[in-house]
Amino acid sequence: MSTLDNTKTMNGGFLANDKTVLDYLSDYGIYLGFLIIFAIFSVVSSSFFTVSNVSNIIIQSSIIAIIAIGQTVVILTEGIDLSVGSIAAFISIALGIMMVDLGIAVPLALFLSIVMGAIIGLINGFVISYGKVPAFITTLGMMSIARGGALAINGGRPVSMLPRSFGVISSASVFGIPIFIIYVAVFYTLMYFLLTKHKLGRYIYAIGDNSEASRLSGIKVKAVKTSAYIFSGLFAAMGGIMLTARLNYASPTSGSGFELDAIAAVVIGGTALSGGQGSILGTLVGALILGTLRNGLSILNVPGFYQQIIIGVVIIVAVFFDKMKRD
Amino acid sequence: MSQLLEMKNITKIFPGVKALDKVNLNLRSGKTHILLGENGAGKSTLIKVLSGAHQPESGEIYINGEKAVIASPSDAFKYGISVIYQEFQLAPNLTIYENIFLGRELTNSFNFINKRKSIVKTKEMMDFVGLDITPGTLVKDLTIAEKQMVEITKALVFDSDIIVFDEPTATLTDKETKRLFEIIHQLEKEGIGIIYISHRLEEFKEVGEKCTILRDGKYIDTVELKETSKAELVNLMTGRKINRDKKRCDICSPDKIVLKVENLNYKDKVKGVSFHLCEKEILGVSGLVGAGRTELVKTLIGEYSKDSGKTYLNNQEIEFKSPADAIKNNLFYLSEDRKDEGLFLGHSIRNNITISSLKRVTNKGVLKRKHEEQICDDLIKNLNIKTPNMHTEALTLSGGNQQKVVIAKGLCRQAQIYIFDEPTRGIDVGAKEEIYEIMDQLIQDGSSIIMISSDLPELLRISDRIMVMADGSLVDTFKNTKNLSQQKILSAAVGGGKK
Repeated sequence: MSTLDNTKTMNGGFLANDKTVLDYLSDYGIYLGFLIIFAIFSVVSSSFFTVSNVSNIIIQSSIIAIIAIGQTVVILTEGIDLSVGSIAAFISIALGIMMVDLGIAVPLALFLSIVMGAIIGLINGFVISYGKVPAFITTLGMMSIARGGALAINGGRPVSMLPRSFGVISSASVFGIPIFIIYVAVFYTLMYFLLTKHKLGRYIYAIGDNSEASRLSGIKVKAVKTSAYIFSGLFAAMGGIMLTARLNYASPTSGSGFELDAIAAVVIGGTALSGGQGSILGTLVGALILGTLRNGLSILNVPGFYQQIIIGVVIIVAVFFDKMKRD
Repeated sequence: MSQLLEMKNITKIFPGVKALDKVNLNLRSGKTHILLGENGAGKSTLIKVLSGAHQPESGEIYINGEKAVIASPSDAFKYGISVIYQEFQLAPNLTIYENIFLGRELTNSFNFINKRKSIVKTKEMMDFVGLDITPGTLVKDLTIAEKQMVEITKALVFDSDIIVFDEPTATLTDKETKRLFEIIHQLEKEGIGIIYISHRLEEFKEVGEKCTILRDGKYIDTVELKETSKAELVNLMTGRKINRDKKRCDICSPDKIVLKVENLNYKDKVKGVSFHLCEKEILGVSGLVGAGRTELVKTLIGEYSKDSGKTYLNNQEIEFKSPADAIKNNLFYLSEDRKDEGLFLGHSIRNNITISSLKRVTNKGVLKRKHEEQICDDLIKNLNIKTPNMHTEALTLSGGNQQKVVIAKGLCRQAQIYIFDEPTRGIDVGAKEEIYEIMDQLIQDGSSIIMISSDLPELLRISDRIMVMADGSLVDTFKNTKNLSQQKILSAAVGGGKK
């Protein structure tokens, strides 16, 4: 009897390792897709695959990439956050007012901005978890509230003449590497660690897979879910700060559509909208794919309207292949 | 009633394996004899010896008291032995009567097939078994049940005295099974002796009187089915015995109470229920579906917020506001609904097992991978979870193994009190036994168990006390003494209990 069990186990183990080329392709399909897109642009245009352009792509993608970190966490819990673009704009204006009108020192203003983002996320999470209002509705509401707030606090006007020292946020570089790339590397590394090696990450995946089983397993589902929205608000604020620094002024209408780009990056990256499955590295690649497409198509002089069409197709195709893999 | 068949000390050795070791089987005419055993127990080998397919190394066969030598299948045929295998021995493109006389055709002079006589004889026996179709029908057009009847017809046409059924109901519907049993009873009336191979414990008593149990090629026992409980049969078949002290029904005394619930109320689902649980005790919870058993324990652990009631854990009053509270205080509930409330189907076995015990495998929140995998490895081995490795997704496992993963999640937590809600529903007999053993181990290690089950024999077998619920209320609590019967529990569950 025991020998029979052993053979079964061995056989099963063999089968599990016996993945076909196709399995690997579908497991890493998103990375492969990214390489293919990259290769095509490199061949078609000589000005695409240069150090300056590649670094440009990462910088252009970085704001969406940072915002998409929080979105990934939320989507892993089977939620959604539509308010991130508006939060970015609100934080942008608030930051501008703090620095210019209120004369708050830059580091403190930055800190307060991030805290504000986290608080807005906390409100989202609280209403969703404890008030049981669906995430879609709650964050749709917050999207409007934050946008309205961004317009209201400065009468719809942008804030310019930002302190010179603030510009360092976007213009600095470390060992020649632009600081935006460093942000992306650092925060993705941190969140990768949190999601895969930390208890909280395990809980985030668990409640996305089965929230009922999570509760009966002793997970404080409401608290974990709320924390996901705090992450989302926090990274949206970070995105708002980066945007402000890059443009060197704060506009209440900036960041519109960021939420959709962030969601697109997450789903292209293979995270399931149904929660519990996906990876933060996939999201990074998803954001880079979006950035690469925009950059490459612009270099090739494809008009913006057609760029939108192509990006839409890419989103659907990516999710289509992902579904195929899962079924 | 005469002794129709006697197989004595049959030993059959295959290279390296003793497939049969001094096995005995006695069959009387007009009776059905059950042959019971797990896969690989030697049932099929014994039947192959009887049908001449295998020659035993030693042992004797007597038919009607005379020594018989069955050297080939045609010898078996001469002795009137027919075997109806699970895989029918029928040619699909021939008609029913052609199949029946295949190889033994009825002929006229010059060896022409006597078609008319074949049809008449076939029809006669088909009428006997109640197969109401024309003998000229092609076998491939028949249902499985009909094909089985053709096999029976064949046995009857050749005046078989002994008919062996090999797992006859495995592919039949309930209705077809019922019909088969009627036919078997008819065959008994004709004086035919029947050997019935099965491991479906539920259906035995309807067909047989005596049962011979084989295990690992060895003859274990022959028992009267009327005097043997299902649990005893399982024990004989699997050889595992739950090591429970018979006097355990007195295990509970006031100084050993670990959990006390007073006057618990939740909407109209749980009405004023009070009970207690003792150290190392298994408290069974019985009741009909909708009696409020699951609601009771879910209210207890704080999944549902109670309207009133008090809970005492180790003599301290305590309030569980959520399952997380209950788990933190070492009270672990394992849901009846393993797919929706127990498992993370899309996640690995490892993640499933440790999800409630991450404190054990983390250092300041950071997972210690090696430590985690060591714990999982041990639990997978202990619970005999059949999986390629711990990284396999839970959804790929069989029901029994999924249930074991849910239990492993609980064991990983090392709780003091476990609440098992229908832990053996929908899983096979072997896995059930393993789960009983796990529960037994748990109480030996000092835990206490509340077990909700709709399986009365199961409750009677492993509980120390059994409380019965009906319509949200606690109707009665019984000590599980010898006098406690299923009827007593059932009548309490339907509202007829003493109070």
